[in-house]
Amino acid sequence: MRSEPVRMAIVRAQGLGKTYRVADKQPGLAGTLRHFVNRRERLIAAVQEVSFSIEPGEFVGFLGANGAGKTTTLKMLTGLIHPTSGTVEVAGHQPQRREADFLGQITLVMGQKQQLIWDLPPLDSLRVNAAVYGIPPAESRRRIAELAEMLELGDELRRPVRKLSLGQRMKAELLAALLHRPSVLFLDEPTLGLDVNAQARVRSFLADYNRRFGATVLLTSHYMADITALCPRVLLIHEGRLFYDGSLETLTQRLAPCREVRLELHAPLGAEAFASYGEVETIEGREVRLLIPRERLTEQVGRLLADLAVVDLSVSDPPIEDIIGRLFHQGALA
Amino acid sequence: MSRPLRQRLAHARRIATVLLSSQYAYMLEYRAEIVLWALSGVLPFIMLGLWSAVDAAGGLGMDSLQLARYFLSAFVVRQFTIVWVMYTFEEDNLNGRLSPYLLQPLPLVWRYVAAHLSEQATRLPFVAMLVGLFFLLYPAAFWWPSISSLLLAVLATLAAFALRFLMQFTLTMVCFWSEKATALERLLYLPYLYLSGLVAPLALYPESVRTFAFWTPFPYMVDVPARILAGESVPVLQSFAAMAAWAALLLPINLLLWRRGLRHYSAMGA
Repeated sequence: MRSEPVRMAIVRAQGLGKTYRVADKQPGLAGTLRHFVNRRERLIAAVQEVSFSIEPGEFVGFLGANGAGKTTTLKMLTGLIHPTSGTVEVAGHQPQRREADFLGQITLVMGQKQQLIWDLPPLDSLRVNAAVYGIPPAESRRRIAELAEMLELGDELRRPVRKLSLGQRMKAELLAALLHRPSVLFLDEPTLGLDVNAQARVRSFLADYNRRFGATVLLTSHYMADITALCPRVLLIHEGRLFYDGSLETLTQRLAPCREVRLELHAPLGAEAFASYGEVETIEGREVRLLIPRERLTEQVGRLLADLAVVDLSVSDPPIEDIIGRLFHQGALA
Repeated sequence: MSRPLRQRLAHARRIATVLLSSQYAYMLEYRAEIVLWALSGVLPFIMLGLWSAVDAAGGLGMDSLQLARYFLSAFVVRQFTIVWVMYTFEEDNLNGRLSPYLLQPLPLVWRYVAAHLSEQATRLPFVAMLVGLFFLLYPAAFWWPSISSLLLAVLATLAAFALRFLMQFTLTMVCFWSEKATALERLLYLPYLYLSGLVAPLALYPESVRTFAFWTPFPYMVDVPARILAGESVPVLQSFAAMAAWAALLLPINLLLWRRGLRHYSAMGA
């Protein structure tokens, strides 16, 4: 009999919490004077009791609305900020101790922030990174060539960073962040602001990097296409608390009890004609979108085909961003 | 087991070389701005004009040649001891640039030290030109310092820079708690200006003020290295000992505040 090998978590958070102290100031001159004389502060719990673990090589999406606590959690996982409560362990280290061995194994990419020197070509910053991480010059040249090929970067590495487009800059940032070949990647909105083509290239690079080097990735993104394309598993955080940890598919099923049925009819019909089949989303001429509960899907599709003059019919899940957007908007998590 | 010392030294040398060369390349992009900064540091020349007039009116205890050499030396020392780490750190902290640096296995301070040294290297030719111009306009003041006093002056200037950097970097730690910590540096600029010897050689101050000044770190930042360069007699050992004592006092405070600051760091803007 063969037993499954025991896999140790490479990222482990247990009861993780972070509370910020923020100034509490009323607007206007009176508020300003009161604040000057009697400064008041209040505590904001950005992250509360968050627990999860990630195994080596996993690609995990981190979802949540703005201010939900995603970035604060990433900052704690990288050791940039100290947790107020709970424990965290990444690659066998306590991140906040910032030991050189730990720093050599991780990277954090923030979509809106840069580490490349603005007025110099990326190669200058890469040379600094290679020295800092102790990568021998020949090996660093080999890695730069390999990553540049994966990222489709060439001459751009010799141009000043300020002269690069946003997409080229982001790719160069990724190259700089991965030169030391980290085994744990924390990516905070790495495709933010990129056009669709650049997003797709970055996405395919990340998938490739994860496959090639067995790296563990925790990714936050506002673009659901990033999550659906890359992350079999997602963590969903809401108002600082972990709401869901599991597969994206299960999340979709759990949060979207209906499936979307698109119909193309021979001739237009009014909304009342579809009342007995499901909820009408839109009607545009001969095209109709209906939401039908999953458990009645087969029966209702059969009825639609039998009762109406249908030219074409397709069934799909509503877009995940719609589901999650609606969820947060309705406060359904409360 | 820790890496052999030779390997660690080679690693440190490589980091220093690469950091300095990339920072130098970066500073060269801003050479025009650096020339303006160098030109804006002519306060000692203005003070020379003022004090020469006073000297002409009657006995200061220093003749005009001594004054000229002192203020020229003070100008040179000042050019190589200018520290701006607090302003850069505050900016880096506010716009989130600090975070990626903190995630690299290199103590952050070395990036700023490299930036300062590279800026000084960029400044060097312009300072040499200004010194040449000074001698053209005032040839009587020309002098060749002896090799020993030149070497000692270079050493004292480096020590002055290190002390001033350490002092400002210690104050910089306030940035972890306050978003406008540079106000503190502006406050400290006043005693620095008066007690360092930038506005007048400390030899011209009343005895009590002079005694007080030498209990502070400021005279060692301009007056002492400038007087060594100008060829005046200076209690060298005592001065270097005082600088070492101030450094020994500031360094643990700096390290303590750094550790506490990191605990308080909120990685804003990132």
